[in-house]
Amino acid sequence: MKKYWQVLIALIIFAPLGLITQGNAYGEWSGGELKSKIGFIPEGMARFSDKWKALLPHYSLPGWNSNFINSSLGYIFCAIVALVIILTITSVISFLSKRKNTNQDII
Amino acid sequence: MHIPDGYLSPQTCAIMGAIMVPVIGTAASKLKKTLKDKQVPLLAIGAAFSFTIMMYNVPIPDGTSAHAVGATILAIILGPWAAMVGVSIALIIQALFFGDGGILTLGANMFNMAFVIPFVSYYLYKLIAGNSEISSRRRFVGSIIAGYVAINISALCVGIELGLQPLLFHKLDGTPMYAPYNLIQTVPAIMFAHVILAGPLEAAVTGFVVKYMQKSNPAMLRIYPPKIRS
Repeated sequence: MKKYWQVLIALIIFAPLGLITQGNAYGEWSGGELKSKIGFIPEGMARFSDKWKALLPHYSLPGWNSNFINSSLGYIFCAIVALVIILTITSVISFLSKRKNTNQDII
Repeated sequence: MHIPDGYLSPQTCAIMGAIMVPVIGTAASKLKKTLKDKQVPLLAIGAAFSFTIMMYNVPIPDGTSAHAVGATILAIILGPWAAMVGVSIALIIQALFFGDGGILTLGANMFNMAFVIPFVSYYLYKLIAGNSEISSRRRFVGSIIAGYVAINISALCVGIELGLQPLLFHKLDGTPMYAPYNLIQTVPAIMFAHVILAGPLEAAVTGFVVKYMQKSNPAMLRIYPPKIRS
């Protein structure tokens, strides 16, 4: 089991390799990028695309984007944040299911 | 293939969301029954693995990028329902915290990546692997084919969802309101990226882990489906 966590950590450390690629995925362009492609931002898109303000948009840590090394560290930080959130969620799942099992024993 | 907010009309988002509600509900109740306590850490590793794999963007010759999802190997090891939950957790975190994929479009993104890929790949894998030995080559090949096909079918779904937008949701003069490219443009473009690179990547990730498990921990490949105790 420990091996798998180690592999995960290694994957997180090397994640900045995925930052080298410049282009956005198909259909994931920002409003500005789309505007430069087709000359305008579709009305509905303009209305809905700014509704949600993510904490760390596009995996960038504010103030850590001046060069590739800083961006990489920010990228790794984002992966770690995600890992912590995932562990929290699964701990809650585990806790809830254990509580359920204990309650059944009492009956 | 994380569709951002604004690319799909609210109607499309509502439909995809409505489809996913009962699917997620079924997954939750199935997991409550079948997921053993000691498998929860595996689910955590799986969700984190999927999240991290999706950070590895690869360049596509047309100037865009793509990535594997890691949903296939999750489906093979933990079964499609647990894989759906794992990938969904990754997608929800990506949308909520990192703006990767929209909030309104979460239903569609979950359908494409957390539902289509695990289920298509799991049943394809089962079909090809059949009753072969855990360590057989057939099983290994089945996992690779399953990964490749499943992510491409998922890409096709994305292409259709995007490509239908200008056809169904436009102003009176034809100007698109949401995603602006129609089916003839979106489907070939997104299929291109996944047929030539994202597909092989998903296949490679899947096959690599399967081969490793076959050699060093075959029990991992026996977790799902759980043996029925009489």
